[in-house]
Amino acid sequence: MSADFLYGIEVIINGLMAGVLYALVALGFVLIFKASGIFNYAQGVMALFAALTLVGIMEGQVPFGHLINAIFGTDVHHFGWEVPALLAIAFTVLIMIGFAWAVQRFVFRHLVGQEPIILFMATIGLAYFLEGVGDLMWGSDIKTLALGLPQGGSLAVEEWTAGLGGDDFYGFFIDKLDMVATLVAAVLVISLVVFAQYTKQGRAMRAVADDHQAALSVGISLNFIWVLVWSLAGIVALVAGVMWGAKSGVQFSLSLIALKALPVLMLGGFTSIPGAIVGGLIIGVGEKLFEYTIGAPYLGGATENWFAYMLALIFLVFRPQGLFGEKIIERV
Amino acid sequence: MKMKTLAAMALAGTLAAGPALAELVIPDLSYRTGPYAAGGTPFSDGYQDYFALLNARDGGIGGEAVRIVECETGYNTEKGVECYEATKGEGALIYQPLSTGITYQLIPKATADEIPIHTMGYGRTSAANGEVFNWVFNYPANYWDAASVAVNYLLDENGGSLDGKTIALVYHNSAYGKEPIRTLEVLSEMHGFELSQLAVDHPGQEQKSQWLQIRRERPDYVLMWGWGVMNQVAVQEAANIGFPMENFIGNWWAGAEHDVTPAGMAADGYKSLNMNRVVDYPVLADIQSMVHDAGNAAGDGSNLGSVLYVRGMYAAMLAAEAIAKAQEIHGVSAVTPAMVRDGMEALEITAARMSELGMEGIGPEFSVSCQNHGGSGQGLVQQWNAADGVWVPLTDFIQPDDSVTDPLVAEDSMAFASESNITPGCL
Repeated sequence: MSADFLYGIEVIINGLMAGVLYALVALGFVLIFKASGIFNYAQGVMALFAALTLVGIMEGQVPFGHLINAIFGTDVHHFGWEVPALLAIAFTVLIMIGFAWAVQRFVFRHLVGQEPIILFMATIGLAYFLEGVGDLMWGSDIKTLALGLPQGGSLAVEEWTAGLGGDDFYGFFIDKLDMVATLVAAVLVISLVVFAQYTKQGRAMRAVADDHQAALSVGISLNFIWVLVWSLAGIVALVAGVMWGAKSGVQFSLSLIALKALPVLMLGGFTSIPGAIVGGLIIGVGEKLFEYTIGAPYLGGATENWFAYMLALIFLVFRPQGLFGEKIIERV
Repeated sequence: MKMKTLAAMALAGTLAAGPALAELVIPDLSYRTGPYAAGGTPFSDGYQDYFALLNARDGGIGGEAVRIVECETGYNTEKGVECYEATKGEGALIYQPLSTGITYQLIPKATADEIPIHTMGYGRTSAANGEVFNWVFNYPANYWDAASVAVNYLLDENGGSLDGKTIALVYHNSAYGKEPIRTLEVLSEMHGFELSQLAVDHPGQEQKSQWLQIRRERPDYVLMWGWGVMNQVAVQEAANIGFPMENFIGNWWAGAEHDVTPAGMAADGYKSLNMNRVVDYPVLADIQSMVHDAGNAAGDGSNLGSVLYVRGMYAAMLAAEAIAKAQEIHGVSAVTPAMVRDGMEALEITAARMSELGMEGIGPEFSVSCQNHGGSGQGLVQQWNAADGVWVPLTDFIQPDDSVTDPLVAEDSMAFASESNITPGCL
């Protein structure tokens, strides 16, 4: 096999892996939109906030340390202990659940029945508020995520595949972190599906997603379901924040990963978990393959961002609800 | 009657207040929040702490206290312009816009307002031509100098020849990132190396395609013009594909501690350019004792001595020296922005002066003139020692190839003069 062909395969494999990371971000959007019809602009910031909180707890950082020091003239930054990763993850999940409750209690409870655009605007406000709170709480420096996640290309895969091509082929490069992310994403999606299919709360969540009014009429608490889906979105945000933060350190540009999720949502649909996964994979492979075959050789490169949106736009024209979204039927 | 009473009260108030205390107002367009805060915070801390030291130790500059007016830009161009408009009325003497985008917006504004701008190692490169850009200074070095310094370093590493070598430029796909391309293209023809260009879209969180391409093409060296998250991801991706870190050189905005620490030990050996040497200067001890220990630090004190802290301190020193020179030229201590411009244009930084200031060898020796607002253009190469968590200067300051950069500066600045109906000349 020619080296070019094999490198094309390598690009597709890495595109699939990148797609999984995009899908992780898109999942959070889908969960909230499906249950409440809210497009959560703050999903990217939630990923940032969750990752900041995880590192802050692990490192024993004093929350709001700068604020406390400025007000009281103290000089406290760290508690002097470190929290094991699993315990820190558990605390972070609790904080994300608390955040979900607060969002429901102080924001959306007061906006029930409002137009979707109002709810969307509320999430924009929420995004900036949460970013500011994250800054005040944990500081704006770049934090290293010491979860012990593997980094670097898999030497085993490289060695096994090096003989497939000629001297110009160096074996497939597959990032070990991407492999872990794929595994984690698979576990996450299976867990969500099992939760939605086989638990009482999951079925209630699906009922609300299908028909708010009908769910209310059989005694399902809308408030509880909203807290539940925001909590799940918070947990998904934590996973996304960890996977992206492991690549770059936990820093404020993490909130921009939401931009990678938008074309995935446009393509996969806003209401489908499988849609988010398949959409992520199509966008990941599509943008990487385009960059490899056309973008880098003929267009000067850096085509991935706009190509992802263009690809999503093409799908949108022919299937406005996305590949797996619910068909839009307006009855008069 | 009422008017007379008011006038009398105003007069009494003025007399009671005594003579107005003159201040040297220096705005700090900082960015301590948002995606670039990790770079903005240490620079701002260093910038402010040095002026605080001058106030505490010397009573300011020439007997006049310095007053810093901080304005948060978030590294956002619109906010940067707002900060400029909001602070210039306070008597601002000199601006350090700290962003190429903000600089481009401020060049016409500050020129009209007659307030000098100092863009140290960023901004519009051709502003080095002081006859066209009377109010803009970009000493000690600019992006085109940086590209030339990097190539000169590689020439030195390869026995004076890069013939047949391949150099890949990984750059932020923006006006900033594209700055070195033209210089590198000229140098590529001159020295016979092949230049491959790899653009990374903002913000640079995802660079798999670019690094897979590098893995396929196996260039001898990779140069990087990155900023923000792009730097951390690039260092990690380079380590992931096993690219030799000692052959990976970032520019001076891709060579701070936070650019390499997320990658841990994998970043060991990564190199970057720097326009200021980072070592343990005596002035840092003064700042510690007279500013930080006195509770007057601009930040939490954790950045003292870091790469960007030292750069901020260096920028403040250059501003302070220009103000002192302006006071000397005009014979007054309460200088105006126009006088500070004169001071900047007559600035001379010598080794003896840097030693006297407790910053021996922090930057190259250089002098500024009406024709040359860009300084010497020298830069050094430093290398990250991950085990000790320090940047180690590898070289002394390296001279760029002026025969390449000077014609490019002249061409670009004259084009700007023509577009803007500027008749080049000295003020």
